[in-house]
Amino acid sequence: MIPEIGQLALALALSLALAQSLLGLLGAARGEFVWMSATRPAARGQFVFVAFAFGCLTYSFIANDFTVAYVASNSNSALPLPYRVAGVWGGHEGSMLLWVLMLSVWTFAVTLFSRHLPQEMVARVLGVMGLVSVGFLLFILFTSNPFLRLFPAPPDGRDLNPLLQDPGMVLHPPMLYMGYVGFSIAFAFAVAALLSGRLDAAWARWSRPWTTAAWCFLTVGIALGSGWAYYELGWGGWWFWDPVENASFMPWLTGTALIHSLAVTEKRGAFRSWTVLLAILAFALSLLGTFLVRSGVLTSVHAFATDPTRGIFILALLALVIGGSLLLYVWRAPKIGLGGGFEPLSRESMLLANNVMFASAAGSVLLGTLYPLALDASGLGKISVGPPYFDTVFFPLMAPALFLMGVGPLARWKKASLPDLAARLRWALAASLLAALVLPFAMGRWGAAVALGLMLATWVAASGFVQLYEKVRNASGGASAWARLSSVPRATYGMLLAHFGVAVFVVGVTMVKGYESEKDVRMEPGDTVEAGGYTFRFDGVRDVKGPNYVAGRARIPVTRNGKLVTTLYPEKRIYTVQNMPMTEAAIDPGFTRDLYVSLGDAVSDSAWVVRVYHKPFVDWIWGGCLIMALGGALAASDRRYRLAAQRAPEQYAVAAAR
Amino acid sequence: MTRFALPLAIFVVLLVLLGIGLKLDPREVPSPLIGKPAPHFELPELHQAAKTFSERDMLGKVWVLNVWASWCVSCREEHPVLLDLAASGAVPIYGLNYKDKREDGLAWLRGMGDPYRLSIYDFDGRVGIDYGVYGVPETYVIDKAGVIRYKRIGPLTPQIVKEKVLPLVQELDRA
Repeated sequence: MIPEIGQLALALALSLALAQSLLGLLGAARGEFVWMSATRPAARGQFVFVAFAFGCLTYSFIANDFTVAYVASNSNSALPLPYRVAGVWGGHEGSMLLWVLMLSVWTFAVTLFSRHLPQEMVARVLGVMGLVSVGFLLFILFTSNPFLRLFPAPPDGRDLNPLLQDPGMVLHPPMLYMGYVGFSIAFAFAVAALLSGRLDAAWARWSRPWTTAAWCFLTVGIALGSGWAYYELGWGGWWFWDPVENASFMPWLTGTALIHSLAVTEKRGAFRSWTVLLAILAFALSLLGTFLVRSGVLTSVHAFATDPTRGIFILALLALVIGGSLLLYVWRAPKIGLGGGFEPLSRESMLLANNVMFASAAGSVLLGTLYPLALDASGLGKISVGPPYFDTVFFPLMAPALFLMGVGPLARWKKASLPDLAARLRWALAASLLAALVLPFAMGRWGAAVALGLMLATWVAASGFVQLYEKVRNASGGASAWARLSSVPRATYGMLLAHFGVAVFVVGVTMVKGYESEKDVRMEPGDTVEAGGYTFRFDGVRDVKGPNYVAGRARIPVTRNGKLVTTLYPEKRIYTVQNMPMTEAAIDPGFTRDLYVSLGDAVSDSAWVVRVYHKPFVDWIWGGCLIMALGGALAASDRRYRLAAQRAPEQYAVAAAR
Repeated sequence: MTRFALPLAIFVVLLVLLGIGLKLDPREVPSPLIGKPAPHFELPELHQAAKTFSERDMLGKVWVLNVWASWCVSCREEHPVLLDLAASGAVPIYGLNYKDKREDGLAWLRGMGDPYRLSIYDFDGRVGIDYGVYGVPETYVIDKAGVIRYKRIGPLTPQIVKEKVLPLVQELDRA
């Protein structure tokens, strides 16, 4: 009964989404106030019904209702409760339901925090979001219904893919989808602005906090996915350039460009058509990512069952949503007009360079991801593009971006002076050169790549401190230091913190690439192996039993200079339902290094293949991402947006009168 | 105007590419086994554990080997297709019960009908490794000389049976 109610709720959500989009878009076009005012309640109702349907599916998982085909494929009665809940998004159908749930959550948030926007704008934004929701609800109901029954019911479920049975699974997909789907708001604002023909500073200001918020979620989501791959896949890598990783990375790169572009549009009115395009592209790449993952066009560890009708449906959706908005762009963009002019050396020009680099980076990831498909489509064979390509194109694009990150925020709008910038940044420059020369020696070995990485990281961090110092010195908060500190806007602190996060991230990447050590050895009980100055002793493997798996667990005490540091227990698990082996790595995390041990195969009764890694500063990679996201959250919560939102109606009225 | 149309143009090219991509199957990895002799196995039968069956018993006949398991949901979807194919008598089907519990496998065949002449029982998946099983279900067509001529990853559909399996079986039977 519950699954049928869930399906009914989805159908009702679909009709409300339809009402929301039609009333919103047509109402705004015809100036029908009653229609427009109905969009908010419709959007809220849609949220309630989608959430209810999601609750029904969750209930079926918790209650082990294996008459529901989707539950039978992705759960098992022996599966621990948290994973039964996370199992809801463990397969295709539930992932799509999660996608729609996230969309309705964001839509609901827009209805709450848009009271100060002009009604026409809200109606259009909600209308566009409703349209996207209609597409995805149709997709779920017609091709990917998670509530379909299975008779006769199997005695037990097929179990959740053991790879997904991990705390990371509980958090990673919801965060990632919040990010993906969050860009729909920037998209909806852009389309609404194109429809109304009014792309002004107010529009950019309204979009900014939403875009930044979505970006934060996406950042955390990607970091969680990367961390999960690191400890779950058992070979110690943290980024694989897997097509699905790329699918989440492309919107992130475009979103990063969008955040910076919106800043220029809001402050200086420039880059308008470019900003609109980026807003469309960020969401387009989110949808493309969904298509790539869901259609089975590309193979990856994330691939789900291939079903051609699903692929065609998403492709059609992609064509309608993105093709439609790009067509609108062709029609309206020429009338947008240019903003304020600027000199070749100015904050605008540097932000433009940032935009170009991030967009090129997104483009090159797209190329690398689709290139194998293009070859296959033209009958030239099957290949895969791997880390060599991505590493080669990525570094030359990101190094200048890191350099500009130090200069840009100090440069003045419109026209900056080179001698002035050089004078203000001389200490930061000296510090980063010193870091490049000295720091690698502290790690034992100087290398050009490491020196460059550390130089850029120090540059970003040091110039960040210069920026902070100047902001506080020039702040008009009064004499006391505290008053000055607190008069600097929160958005500025957010920006500085996010940039500092990038520096931390770069340190992590540089150190791991430069100094990690790895041993892959056959070990008998009592054997020792050394990596990064630590000695790992293999004490043998004994059998243990988990709720839905059996495992061999090794005991590996780690010593340094004869003193015990920690004891690691890596496992080799066999998940009994799917009879699938899994490597459960054991990690001793630390501020300056991770010790990472994973168990390979047994080569005899007592000997095992053991992989041992010493990974210096690897946690800085994810720490950096979290700091970036924290910075973003700080910036998005700046009170300026709330005040601006309250002021907006009058300004808007003035703008309209002009 | 034209420069604003550029994104749209690129997008249209991309759509065409993705459309073609949908028709291709990235999993249709050309199996190295096609054209090679079927790897040797000798496994106990599912119904009678004491008896064994080997691919050599089938020399001189065209036959189909289908990998299945009771825990496999796609097999459930494929099962009616196999029952039809078996009922048509066009080709004998032998099952490879893969990483399954014996009683579960037997119960499944009792409940759903048994399209197989017999099923062999591969508890630890050894034979599956030799045959390069990616997932369940998979299906192989093996000719009179014991050479693998066709491999399908994923469930058989009536369309595949009609367009690929049956013509191939007829051709091989004539040879």
